[in-house]
Amino acid sequence: MTATRLKYFQTGSFAAGNRLVEPSERSEQAAPGRANAITCGHRACQGCGEALGARYALDAAMRATGGELIAANATGCLEVFSTPYPESSWQLPWIHSLFGNAAAVSTGIAAALRAKGNTRTRVIGQGGDGGTVDIGFACLSGMFERGDDVLFICYDNEAYMNTGVQRSAATPPSARTATTQAVGEAPGAPWGQGKNAPLIALAHEIPYVATATIADLRDLEAKVERAMQIRGARYLHVLVTCPLGWGTASGDAIRVARLAVETGIFPVWEGGDGEVTAVTRIRHRTPVEEYLKLQTRFRHLFTPVRDDATIARIQARADRNIERFGLVGEAGQHPLDLHEEGGS
Amino acid sequence: MPEQLEGSQAVARTVAACRPEVICAYPISPQTHIVEALSRLVKSGALHPCEFVNVESEYAAMSVAIGASATGARAYTATASQGLLYMAEALYNASGLGLPIVMTVANRAIGAPINIWNDHSDSMSQRDSGWIQLYVESNQEAADVHVQAFRIAEALSLPVMVCMDGFILTHAVERVELPDPDRVDAFLPAFEPRQLLDPSAPVTIGAMVGPEAYTEVRYLAHYKQMQALDLIPEVAAAFQQAFGRASGGLLRPYRSSDAETIVVALGSVLGTIEDCVDQLRDDGHRIGAVGLRTFRPWPAEEVRRALEGARHVIVLEKALSVGIGGIVAQNVHRALEGLPITVHTVIAGLGGRPITMASLRSLCERGLAGTLPDTTFLDLEEALVDAEIGRMRGGRRSGPHAENMLRDVGTVGAAGLT
Amino acid sequence: MFETRFHGRGGQGVVTSAELLAVAAFQEGRHAQAFPSFGSERTGAPVVSFCRIDDRPIRTREPISAPDAVIIIDPTLLHHVDVFSGLTPGSQVLVNSSRSAEELGLGDLCSSHRVARLQVVPATELARRYLGRPLPNAALLGALAAMTGIVAVDSVAAAIFERFSGEVGQGNARAAYAAAELVPPSSGRAAPEEAPGGPTVMAGTSHA
Ligand SMILES: Cc1ncc(C[n+]2csc(CCOP(=O)(O)OP(=O)(O)O)c2C)c(N)n1
Ligand code: SF4
Ligand SMILES: [Mg+2]
Repeated sequence: MTATRLKYFQTGSFAAGNRLVEPSERSEQAAPGRANAITCGHRACQGCGEALGARYALDAAMRATGGELIAANATGCLEVFSTPYPESSWQLPWIHSLFGNAAAVSTGIAAALRAKGNTRTRVIGQGGDGGTVDIGFACLSGMFERGDDVLFICYDNEAYMNTGVQRSAATPPSARTATTQAVGEAPGAPWGQGKNAPLIALAHEIPYVATATIADLRDLEAKVERAMQIRGARYLHVLVTCPLGWGTASGDAIRVARLAVETGIFPVWEGGDGEVTAVTRIRHRTPVEEYLKLQTRFRHLFTPVRDDATIARIQARADRNIERFGLVGEAGQHPLDLHEEGGS
Repeated sequence: MPEQLEGSQAVARTVAACRPEVICAYPISPQTHIVEALSRLVKSGALHPCEFVNVESEYAAMSVAIGASATGARAYTATASQGLLYMAEALYNASGLGLPIVMTVANRAIGAPINIWNDHSDSMSQRDSGWIQLYVESNQEAADVHVQAFRIAEALSLPVMVCMDGFILTHAVERVELPDPDRVDAFLPAFEPRQLLDPSAPVTIGAMVGPEAYTEVRYLAHYKQMQALDLIPEVAAAFQQAFGRASGGLLRPYRSSDAETIVVALGSVLGTIEDCVDQLRDDGHRIGAVGLRTFRPWPAEEVRRALEGARHVIVLEKALSVGIGGIVAQNVHRALEGLPITVHTVIAGLGGRPITMASLRSLCERGLAGTLPDTTFLDLEEALVDAEIGRMRGGRRSGPHAENMLRDVGTVGAAGLT
Repeated sequence: MFETRFHGRGGQGVVTSAELLAVAAFQEGRHAQAFPSFGSERTGAPVVSFCRIDDRPIRTREPISAPDAVIIIDPTLLHHVDVFSGLTPGSQVLVNSSRSAEELGLGDLCSSHRVARLQVVPATELARRYLGRPLPNAALLGALAAMTGIVAVDSVAAAIFERFSGEVGQGNARAAYAAAELVPPSSGRAAPEEAPGGPTVMAGTSHA
């Protein structure tokens, strides 16, 4: 399956109903026999983007591997809400060990499979942004560097949500968290230089790196599918919204994720072997303000007085992404428009 | 002036009054409220000068504290459970280097199975790390002991862990009188490091030491920590002098002077134990309690003195040394060597299991009647354990214990009040 | 010692309610201890919190198993969680709902003499009206104060003002007083022994 961009979509949401696409291109979620890797009854908040993203990603991986899949999970919301005692949502073999070691546990699973001559069963490691870009980063980098046969998926909700919304290295500047509160001269998270985990993954020269969001779930599925066709270390960084931590309405989970893309705040791209090879174009370029306004974690930028300077700074970051990744322009014009309209 | 405060806020505001210059933080329940409150105090400018560093792991948290302390800054961090274990290598390093870092441990169980609730497995697992370990009974004591901890740490140039029960204390809102900041300033002299990274007087910290002197360095670590047995009561007395409250120290007896049976415990469960002692005293039983405040260094002499008149000692502890049993009990045993006293181990409150008055009372009654076995797991669900042992005997691939037993417990049992 | 247990869902201020009650008692110079039964609960999951009030320092730390009062912040829990566990014939129960006890299926709770008193208060409605938001906690605390006499409604208001400033504080306090108005007064300072002999059912006028 390719990341075909559909011509028919709803105005505003750009969502495409399954009935508009060829059966072979329909979302795995439409398949009556889907694996349902994370079954219902888990305890995520209403409108949890992580629950949504993980369900699509794992069901796509189950399809791609014919159900021959083992998952290793870092500590975090996904782990906690999916295994409320005495129940488990997981319908595949799944292990949770620790917070910082999911990539290494995945390596161990892959090594055991190799030792046993099992080439069918594949491995996914997964965690939140904290478990990936902070405490798990050393193990992750080691896994990349060795080229272990693991797809690692980071569900990035931009903070440590499970412990009550503390700042991580993926928290955007100026966002309010419990450890970067909206007080003092520069309220919210400080302006560092950022830690761009997907680009760092790419710098390991691994064969597959991509970003995705829950606003384009067919794209997410396609990327998981493609990743599972490849052997070696692979990385998928999925932006997932979190109503609790971001202070958004539960019903806005997808809308906010879409705005992250349409504003240029979160570039969606695909690459491997050190190069970015494809990007998702912005359909309607939108000012960052539209994105920020929906989230109480940025409320201090608007009340009691509007902080134009900081909003402009955030806009400049988005503009830089747009320029750097070529996110705006006519389809087919940019060298990275590989699978725009028709597939790669 | 007393306030009605959450334990974590009380600790955060007290730590701020101690004027730390570097605070490192990594989130883990149930410690988060403490560092969140401190982050706010620093960011708002209320605590100044102070650097608040949001690090990427506990290993980094302790390492940042090590760097800061070696550079002469008063350094503080807080953690719990998995986080404490994740910093284990740096913990030994901090004490080995003799750096006076103060850390709050919001006591929590260790996984697997992952469990966020209170017990003492985390700090007990680091009892040999070279850190001084102080345990507190209430949020008032938590606040007070932090002030004492900085003074003890800096006087001896050793790191101090203040252990407070996670959730039970950190999340409890109760009456606390915060140590007055001016008096804290008077009580706590400015940090004068014993060793300092300073270009004007360069020293080497952390050099390799071979067989020729390693034993001596370790001996000194022990010697220094044992000095705390004199210093801790001195500091507690000075604190009482300055603030008018008794907090901290080595241990505290409760109605135990004429007791035949004495319950020994640490932390917040002492409150319930004291209520239980009162009830049993009302019924005419000669029972008392001894609350340990300092666990490392081990106050062997004081423990012996506090317990020597008893016939039965019940050590109630919220940790388990797998393969032998009680941890505190082993230490108590040693302190009572040669005395005609039986020491019973009671493992209780693991992973947040409530220690109820009813269970405590029947436990003490069995102790008084002389029918308590050597080791008891308080409120153990034996049927659950037996079923799992049966499964293990029944076949090779019996599966993960935790999941099996949870299935036996069933949804109804699990959804009750935990 | 007076022990209250609160039942609600994550995100409904269950823990804050217990804390406010403790602060209200503290304002009266009494000793109070509030604590949550903490799980890794997400928004919407059942949550329990506790508050003890006494004239002496409180030492015990065990969860409250035989409460003098139970407050059910979210009536959808009534048939999911055992909110009535440990009730004694002296216990008082306060439920947030615009419906009557019978409509809620609680009629037998009183007729079977399992509790001393059951009171239903439309706290969410009151909060909408006075606060503009469906946050029933202040109203329930006002009702609890009136029902049990364990603290004065003024102390509840004082606790609210300590926690919430401006309009939010004002609105919450108004909701607390309004709820207290709906509740017939208690026979004095609550103690299980003093609770009225026979069970009484009172449903606040639901469209206040
Ligand atoms: C060594 C260690 N430190 C801290 C924790 C506490 N902890 C558990 S989950 C979590 C946050 C997870 O954040 P993230 O990885 O971003 O996942 P999210 O919950 O946001 O999905 C933290 C800090 C832990 N379990 N182990
Ligand atoms: S806190 Fe956020 S990430 Fe966690 S379950 Fe709730 S919505 Fe999902
Ligand atoms: Mg996260």
